[in-house]
Amino acid sequence: MADPMKIRASMQGDKVMVRVLMSHEMETGQRKDGSGNIVPAHYIQNVTAMHNGKTVLSAEWGPAVSKNPFLQFQFAGGKPGDKIQVQWVDNKGDKRTDEATIG
Amino acid sequence: MKVDQGRRAVLAQGSALSVFGLFVAAGLVKPAYAQAAWNKDAFAAKSLNDAVKALGGANVGQTTDVNWGSTPEIAENGAVVPISVTSRVPGTQSIAVLVEKNPSVLAAKFDFPAGTDPSVNTRVKIGQSSNVHALIRTADGKYLVATREVKVTLGGCGG
Repeated sequence: MADPMKIRASMQGDKVMVRVLMSHEMETGQRKDGSGNIVPAHYIQNVTAMHNGKTVLSAEWGPAVSKNPFLQFQFAGGKPGDKIQVQWVDNKGDKRTDEATIG
Repeated sequence: MKVDQGRRAVLAQGSALSVFGLFVAAGLVKPAYAQAAWNKDAFAAKSLNDAVKALGGANVGQTTDVNWGSTPEIAENGAVVPISVTSRVPGTQSIAVLVEKNPSVLAAKFDFPAGTDPSVNTRVKIGQSSNVHALIRTADGKYLVATREVKVTLGGCGG
């Protein structure tokens, strides 16, 4: 099981700014290990952020997104105390969902 | 899983008919994540044209209505290049980030539902100095591309 995401959600004026730091190796499938074997690709493919059951951002990623991915976006309609959920799914079917409260 | 999503869809439709309490209960306790699609062809594309085509782009116009924010012109470390893209194109629904000289051109694609700013910050790997393109799709199905050159002094694919 992957480590939890760090999610920060804060009001910026009347919008909510969400910053997410995920813990994932984002292996491209092009790199070789010490003995010359290709390290199999292992990367996040889908990211979904939800607020009150409504999707506020969805993303498709390839292996070119950096290791331990960072993501920042803004949406309208949130207020302090609301919950934000972020989920990722990787190419091996592993997934992780974490939640934060808008501060 | 499929059955469960069917149920959520029914609940979602119910909310349109003012079965609001049910929807909130279902929505808050366990949000129904749409089983998101992943555009395999687009991510496998080795050339800019193929990637744009696989993303559905046709008659792609140029635009300068994109703010590249903190995206560097010269990146020291190609493994972690901050990319900041904000579209000022009215009705922007999605932004795809394409790195022309990467082995697979498409790095990431972001979809912005109504209420979310067409703006995103992330970090990508760039193997060698390359043009980075932001392909914008608008609500009326138009495609526009904005381009920025990023020079890399240390490649991002060797690890």
